Amino acid sequence: MIGLEDYLTVSAILFSIGVVGVVMRRNLFIILMSLELILNAANLAMVAFSRFSNNIDGQMMVFFIITVAAAEVAVGLALLVALYRRRQTAYTEDLTNMKL
Amino acid sequence: MDIFFYLFAALTLICGLLVVANPFSRNPVTSAMFLVLTILSMAGLFVLLNAFFLAAVQVIVYAGAVIVLYLFVIMLLDLGADERRRLNKAMVGLSFLGVGLLAFVLVSSIGQSEAVGALSSPRLQGTTEKLGKALFSDYVLPFEVVSVVLLVAMVGIILLSKRDLK
Repeated sequence: MIGLEDYLTVSAILFSIGVVGVVMRRNLFIILMSLELILNAANLAMVAFSRFSNNIDGQMMVFFIITVAAAEVAVGLALLVALYRRRQTAYTEDLTNMKL
Repeated sequence: MDIFFYLFAALTLICGLLVVANPFSRNPVTSAMFLVLTILSMAGLFVLLNAFFLAAVQVIVYAGAVIVLYLFVIMLLDLGADERRRLNKAMVGLSFLGVGLLAFVLVSSIGQSEAVGALSSPRLQGTTEKLGKALFSDYVLPFEVVSVVLLVAMVGIILLSKRDLK
């Protein structure tokens, strides 16, 4: 029988994979995709909690998270395009303007 | 039923790992494609959790809209394969250590939690009818606020995409 802790374990591992992506990769697109992985890990945990505690609120929260994530991706990609137009790069190591 | 959980969980984790670190290709398009697979297998997990509406929304919004937006921008900017650059070895080791510690803390705390063991009788069905009723009764205000968020995002994107930010 698959219980709550199995889903939560999958969610925790997926979250860690997303954090690895944000920390390690230099390509801004991959970093944005890793952020999506992190959000999805949170979504999975919330749907699992919602199912196992017989409460619809968790699923409503996931619904709103998906909406906000879509807006976040759109704004993030617009920022990336504006950045690329100005600097011709999508790598974090080339963006060192604010480095002391 | 258990076999499906293991299948979808393994697919989610393997494809998620291939999004972040693909040994065969450094192209962002490959990562986006594996992100689609991750999202789809996650929708399978949602179905196993009886969250049918959210599974459909996941496929439509993420796989259908968000990833297409990613691919569109990647191909518009014509980014080639990520050239392999020198990584700071000490920093790589440190970040793996930190994230490994984080994963260990998360997984071990799940195993020890008493509340997790107590919740073991799943009955909830996340059907469209239930979510729709909740959305238009208890969640009317967040629903309206989210529409304002989307409007603000749209205005912001138009402003950011203008050629001269004046």
